[in-house]
Amino acid sequence: MVIRAYAFKRILASVPVLLLVSIVVFGMVFMLPGDPLLALMEEVSLSPQRMDELREAMGLNDPIYVQYLRFFRNAIRGDLGRSTRSSQPVATILMAQIGSTLELAFAAVAISITLGIPFGVVAAIYRSRWTDSLVMVLSLLALSMPNFWLGFLLIILFSYNLEWLPSVGAGSVRQLILPALVLGLSGMGTLARITRSAMLDTLSQDYIRTARAKGLAEWVVLSKHALRNAFLPIMTLIGINMASVLSGAVVVETVFSRPGIGRVAISAIDNRDFPVVQGTVLLAAVFYVVVNLLVDLAYGLVDPRIRYD
Amino acid sequence: MLLQNPGAVAGLVIIGALILSAAFANHVVPHDPFKPDPTIVLMPPRVGHWMGTDNLGRDMLSRIILGGRWSLSVGLIAVCISASVGLPLGLLAGYSGVLVDTLISRGIEVVMAIPGVLLAIAVIAVLGPGSWNVMLAVGIAGIPRYVRLIRSSVLSAREDAYVEAARGLGCSEPRVMFRHILPNIVAPTIVLGSIDVAAAILAASSLGFLGFGAQPPIPEWGALLSQARAFMRTAWWLTAFPGMAIMLTVLSMNLIGDGLRDALDPRLRREGF
Repeated sequence: MVIRAYAFKRILASVPVLLLVSIVVFGMVFMLPGDPLLALMEEVSLSPQRMDELREAMGLNDPIYVQYLRFFRNAIRGDLGRSTRSSQPVATILMAQIGSTLELAFAAVAISITLGIPFGVVAAIYRSRWTDSLVMVLSLLALSMPNFWLGFLLIILFSYNLEWLPSVGAGSVRQLILPALVLGLSGMGTLARITRSAMLDTLSQDYIRTARAKGLAEWVVLSKHALRNAFLPIMTLIGINMASVLSGAVVVETVFSRPGIGRVAISAIDNRDFPVVQGTVLLAAVFYVVVNLLVDLAYGLVDPRIRYD
Repeated sequence: MLLQNPGAVAGLVIIGALILSAAFANHVVPHDPFKPDPTIVLMPPRVGHWMGTDNLGRDMLSRIILGGRWSLSVGLIAVCISASVGLPLGLLAGYSGVLVDTLISRGIEVVMAIPGVLLAIAVIAVLGPGSWNVMLAVGIAGIPRYVRLIRSSVLSAREDAYVEAARGLGCSEPRVMFRHILPNIVAPTIVLGSIDVAAAILAASSLGFLGFGAQPPIPEWGALLSQARAFMRTAWWLTAFPGMAIMLTVLSMNLIGDGLRDALDPRLRREGF
C-alpha cells in the first residue's frame, strides 16, 4: 500500500510540470516575430482575405486560452498538428523516428553504466593510487570531448582506416556501435565520477567497518554494503543521462546520418516547420518527465526510507 | 589552495594563453584567417602552416586562434546570463514564502524538462541562428542549475546562527538576504560557474556544428568542424585541430572548476557537482 501511495504522489507531482511544458510549447508560436499563422503554414503568399479565412478555420481568432485548451486536448489525443512541409501528421513523423532514437539512447546508457560504474568503484577502492588517477583522467577526457568530434575520430579510425564498422545509417547492430559508443562515453565520464564520490562516502561509514570487522569477504562488503548504499546518486545520474541522451542524439544522429528525433528537429528548424519543432520539444519533455518519474519510483524500491517519508 | 592544485594551475595557464591569443588575435595570427590562397589548398601541416590549410587555402592555425574569440566568449557570456538570472531567482525562491518558491521551482522544472540542446534549438527556432542567440539559448538552458543550487544554499543558510543573529539585531529582510546570506553563497556559485563555462562551450560548439551559431566565414570552432566533415577522408587536420582546441579549453575549465570546488566548497564535491 505504501509504495502505491508513494507512486501516486510522484505521478501527481509530474502533472503540473507537463501542463506547464505544454503551455510553453504552445506559446512558442506566439513568441515568433510576425503572424502566428505564417509559423503554422508553409504557404506565405496568401491574399489577406484567404489569410483571414485560414485564421478563422484554424481557430487563431479565438481567445488564447481557448486555443491552448484545443492544443492541449489534441495533444492528449496524440494530435500534434501537421507538418507545414510534408502535411503529414507530426505524431506520425515522430513515431516513425522514435524507435531509432530510443535504440540509440538505451544502447548509450547501457555502455555508460557498463563502463562508468565499475570504473568509479575501482577508482574509489584504489583511492589516490595510479588506478584512481587513470580513471579520473579518462573520465575527465570523456567529459571534455565534444561528442561530434569523438564521432568524427571514430569514423576516421573504424570506418575509413580499419573499415570495420559503417559510418552512416541505422537498422543493424554494426550501425549502432559507433553512435552508441560516442554517446555512451560522455555519459560514462560523469557516471564514473559520481560513482567514485558516492562510494568514497559510503566506504567511510561505520557500517562498512562493522561489515569488515565481522569478517565478510571484501567483495560482499563492496557489492552488498557499499555499492548498494551508494546507489541513490548513481540512479539519479542514470536518469539524467537517459534524458540528456536525447540532447546528445540530436548531434550524434547528424554526425552518423542516422534517422531519429534529433534529425527531425534539425531539419524542422532548417525548413521552419514549426509544428514539428513543437512536437519534438513536447515529446522530449514527456520523455524526460517519464524517465525521472521512473527513477523516483525506483528510489522508493531501493530505499524504503523514501517511500515512508 | 587553488594554486597548490597542479591540474587547476595547468588549466589556468592554458585558459590564460587561449584568452590572450583570442583577445590579441589580430596581432598573433601568422596569416590572414579570411584570405583564400588557391595555391595552398588542403595542405597538410608543415613549417609556416603548422595546422595546415583548408579547402580555400586559409591557414588553419590563424582561423583557430581567431575562432577562440567566439567560442570562448559564447561560453563566458552564456554563463553570465545563466548566473545573472539564476542568482536572483534562487535567492527569491529560497528566501521568500512558499508561494514564490513554488512558482519559481515549477518554472524551473519546466525548463529542466526540456533537454539542453533541444531547448537551445527551440530558442533558436524562435529567435533565429547567430552567435548572440546561441549565447542566449545556452544561457537560458543553464538557468535551472543556478536557481537550484542557490535556492538550496539559501534554505540551509537561513537556518544558520549568523542569520538569526542579524535578525535579532533588527536587520530588515532584504538586508539579511543581500548583506548576510548572499556573500555566503558566492563560493558555490563561482564553482558552478567555472564548471558551467566548460559545459556552455561544449553546448555552443555543438550548436555551431549544427549550423545555428556564428555564420561563415566566422571561424567558430564548432562551425570549423562542421565544414571539416566533407574532408574527413582526405584532410584529417581540418577535423583534428578545431576539436583539440575545444577539448583543451573544456578540459582546462573542468580542471579549474574541480580545483575551485576543492578549494572553496568541499560540500559540492560530496554532492557530486
